[in-house]
Amino acid sequence: MPEPKKKFDLPMPKFPEPDTEPFWDAAKNHELRYQVCDECGGIVFHPRRHCTHCPSLNLTWKTSKGEGVIYSYSVVRQNYHPAFRERIPYVIAWIDLDEGFRMLSNVVGVDDPASDVSIGQRVRVEWQDFEAASLPMFTPA
Amino acid sequence: MATQTRDAAIVGIHEYPQRSIDGMTPLQIKAESAVRALQDAGLNWSDIDAVYDAGDGAQGGMAGLSISEYFNIKPNVIDTTSVGGSSYEFHASHAKRDIAAGKAHVALLTYGSTARSQSFNIGTGGRMTAGPPTPLGNMESSWGMTLISNYALVAHRHMHEYGTTSEQLAEISVVTRAHAMRNPEAKRAIEELELLPGVREITVEDVVTSRMIADPLHLLESCIISDGGGAVIIASADVARGCPHTPVWLLGTGEATKYSEHGGDITTSAAAQSGPTAFGEAGVTASEIDIAMIYDSFTITVLTILEDLGFCKKGEGGSYVEGGGLYFDKPGQPALNTDGGGLSSNHPGMRGIFLLIEATRQLRGDSSSQVPDAKLAVAHGNGGMLGSRHAAATIILGRD
Ligand SMILES: [Zn+2]
Repeated sequence: MPEPKKKFDLPMPKFPEPDTEPFWDAAKNHELRYQVCDECGGIVFHPRRHCTHCPSLNLTWKTSKGEGVIYSYSVVRQNYHPAFRERIPYVIAWIDLDEGFRMLSNVVGVDDPASDVSIGQRVRVEWQDFEAASLPMFTPA
Repeated sequence: MATQTRDAAIVGIHEYPQRSIDGMTPLQIKAESAVRALQDAGLNWSDIDAVYDAGDGAQGGMAGLSISEYFNIKPNVIDTTSVGGSSYEFHASHAKRDIAAGKAHVALLTYGSTARSQSFNIGTGGRMTAGPPTPLGNMESSWGMTLISNYALVAHRHMHEYGTTSEQLAEISVVTRAHAMRNPEAKRAIEELELLPGVREITVEDVVTSRMIADPLHLLESCIISDGGGAVIIASADVARGCPHTPVWLLGTGEATKYSEHGGDITTSAAAQSGPTAFGEAGVTASEIDIAMIYDSFTITVLTILEDLGFCKKGEGGSYVEGGGLYFDKPGQPALNTDGGGLSSNHPGMRGIFLLIEATRQLRGDSSSQVPDAKLAVAHGNGGMLGSRHAAATIILGRD
């Protein structure tokens, strides 16, 4: 059974926004991208113009395998934004990707968010496609 | 004590008494509070030569200028640091710096907000969904992270790493409500704003059985939403000696920021950076503090900051807040948020100024939950979001 059509759209990334536009362009192809510094090898995320570890402007985009662990999470039970209200309860989480960067996302694909999600749990990326963007979410691996 | 200086002191305070303010603007609340604080300090508008403003009520986007014109003052120093609820601790820190440098003699800090009556959404709506595109907005707004769920991320991780329990976090709400019930203005707020579970003290059971808003944080672990405002006047030693109240000296200050970091520890806040700076400058330790005014947006904020300021070791906050030691009338531990805090007295969005005001009341001997012979207080403001990015400042206050 396909899910019933959602009445309200989630807030979507907005453009022009040159720091994050390459991330969201790649997301359309279901590629989870992050930046690595050519000079020091440091990981930069969220995407930016510069290396946050050394005075370098030379960053290269890499594609993550999309696997990692839940660093922490919360089950959101109150949100007056209409798109989120109809998704309650849902899980927000800091995900530590195996490549070494931490990103905010949702944990989806669980029956009971209160009991089926835990810190340290292995997760992998699951793309949810919308007209404006494809959103990287995570599901238990 | 070798480094401790007494070059700037709080000499005038006012907390706007109403929590539901009908028909007034933030600017009017700021002006009325400033007038009352000037009366408290025995000073006049013409004495003020430095203004500190977080931009609340700014007209035409001109923070600092618009407030100066509205007050009709001509300051030598304008500081418009705007870092949410911690702005006022930053302002106090900067006022001490500017007075010590001889750039100013009398500094005015004001705050005004009608968050409640205008129904500003300060926490449970979608974040960063309005306005022009930003990198952070693009990376965070699609996941539905509410303000409280951001703090809940810290609470969950703290529980995971250290075994902290909801019952322990609830102790913070319980002691804060007890102090609120002793404060007539807070008690009236509980009544007027119809705070759950009614006009009475609360128990751990009340807190952990209240509605879960964002696991693991409950409704009664969350600050209230009120209107409000206030003013603080900070003066040089020369001026302070001539003011009617005993000077409340700014003995040490520290400022810091914290962001999400790859592999970083979100159970440690910016207080771990600002605290040592402030305590070091004051030449005192946490164990000497009588009054702990800690920004209580949520219970986890207080627990984390108490650890980071050195009241207990990291991870031991749960047991530290148990057992009632934080009540105003229990010696051995500092008295926590004796005005009733953001949890039970007032939270108009940026409550940092009230931390300075209640700390001053305690050191003057004027609190509704007065600690006998209180000599040293800490006011720690935390602005932004504990679980991702925040700014924090620590102020150590003392009297002669
Ligand atoms: Zn680099």
